[in-house]
Amino acid sequence: MARVKFLCDADRCIECNACVTACKNEHEVPWGINRRRVVTINDGKPGERSVSMACMHCTDAPCAAVCPVSCFYTTADGVVLHSKDLCIGCGYCFYACPFGAPQYPKVGNFGSRGKMDKCTYCAGGPEADSTPAEYAKYGANRLAEGKLPICAEMCSTKSLLAGDGAIIAEIYKERVTKRGYGSGMWGWKTAYSDSPTG
Amino acid sequence: MQLSSPLVRRRSRNLETQGRSAMARSHSTRKACIPKAAAHKASILKALCVAFALLFVVAHPAAAQLSFKPTAEAVQEDKLLNALKEGDKITGRITIPDAMAASLIQPAGRDWRDFHRSKLPVIGGVAIIGMLVLLAIFLMVRGRIRVDHGFSGTKILRFASFERFTHWLTASCFIVLALSGLNISFGRILILPLCGAQAFATMSTYAKFAHDYLAFPFMLGLVVMFLIWIKDNIPGKIDLQWLKQGGGILSKGQHRPARRFNAGQKGIFWIVIIGGSLMSVSGWFLLFPYIPANVTTMQFWTVIHAVIAMLFIAAMMAHIYIGTVGMEGAFDAMGTGEVDLNWAKEHHSLWVEEEQAKGHAPSGSTPRAMPAE
Repeated sequence: MARVKFLCDADRCIECNACVTACKNEHEVPWGINRRRVVTINDGKPGERSVSMACMHCTDAPCAAVCPVSCFYTTADGVVLHSKDLCIGCGYCFYACPFGAPQYPKVGNFGSRGKMDKCTYCAGGPEADSTPAEYAKYGANRLAEGKLPICAEMCSTKSLLAGDGAIIAEIYKERVTKRGYGSGMWGWKTAYSDSPTG
Repeated sequence: MQLSSPLVRRRSRNLETQGRSAMARSHSTRKACIPKAAAHKASILKALCVAFALLFVVAHPAAAQLSFKPTAEAVQEDKLLNALKEGDKITGRITIPDAMAASLIQPAGRDWRDFHRSKLPVIGGVAIIGMLVLLAIFLMVRGRIRVDHGFSGTKILRFASFERFTHWLTASCFIVLALSGLNISFGRILILPLCGAQAFATMSTYAKFAHDYLAFPFMLGLVVMFLIWIKDNIPGKIDLQWLKQGGGILSKGQHRPARRFNAGQKGIFWIVIIGGSLMSVSGWFLLFPYIPANVTTMQFWTVIHAVIAMLFIAAMMAHIYIGTVGMEGAFDAMGTGEVDLNWAKEHHSLWVEEEQAKGHAPSGSTPRAMPAE
């Protein structure tokens, strides 16, 4: 099985936010939650770069490590998913996540957290593939249909890449060699450094 | 040249600003020359010429070389990561309303994970199991602390009903808060394997609700306790003497004089007040996570909340021990509110004298009760 990852080539990102919009639309993501976002570093200064960021589906994921009810699991493709039936909305995964991926709908008292929501790599959740129950909780399961995440598939500059980690890393390195510069594989060191095989 | 090249983007942006300033200039010129139509037309032409000239200069490749090198000077993830200080994060600008989403990478999440998974279980384990062991040893060595002179049969009111209500309000909340909190820290290791994921998650959900709601009566209890008992808990010289002799706890038949609360009880009072305040403040930020709206601040408060909780629980275990199993006659103070006169004289001799002077207590025939034998 391939180990799937995301890679954002920031030198190509034009901050169009189409990935953000497509994601929200594809999964009917709840109001106030963005599974993917575009962050612009050094905005307005020379050499600014925009990075599209979502859950990086880390190796040895911190969210899974700190979850008090152990609601996370990693699929054979290396996608980190969670069960909203088990989640108690404590917020621990948000504290541990290096990428700010977990978010919570504001429900109930004290503005406290509902069931956590995050990027699923368009792979749904623990429910049976492509069922209405799965769609209602986690959104579309494109992986089950043999498609890649919508954000990367429709990226107009092919800045955001999704797929086998080894292949997209190779594509990026080729680009860097050809054009002579690259601002880095954003998040990779933090998400996958602990494991050379990643 | 690629359309998406930053160089082109930057240049077109310059053009835009230049055009705008030229327009502004032509506008002001028009204003100044309203009476003469001919001069007016001429000035517009002039302004247009200037604008076109500027366009040419800016668009000219030679002029563009004066600016930065967009690829060489672009931000590098490696450089940003290396420049990060402890607990810092890489942030930028976002166009969505969620301000926390502006944080791109926060490696400090790993430290928090390490704290939660490696350090906290050790702190909690040592504090709680260590206290259990200490108390067991103490019980074995010292045994139950008896009333040396036996029960007199005469009672003296130690805690009024409102005081007892406040104590038990706070205490019952504390026990639920402590158990539901420990469930968050240790439940996954200790309870989850026993009852399965679904049952454990359901139980934890209710535990979390209890934790969230009971925080409020607990905080209320803290405030009331502080107000009603602060006057009896100011440390004084007498406490030093009490502490020097270990309060007579360690050896039989040794009792230091004490007012309403001895140094040990004052210690418990201040542990509850200070520990409880820290728990309340840190807990408040966790209850309302959108107040700090900053992951670093929230991480800080969770660490405070967890560490203080472990120490607090250990201290309260000692308090519960000495109030029940550890000392004969002590539980009555918070149970019925009335303690035996002999118990009171042994542990709070000065307080008994004060109460007797005020006429609140039955004056025993012998102020210092002697053994019956």
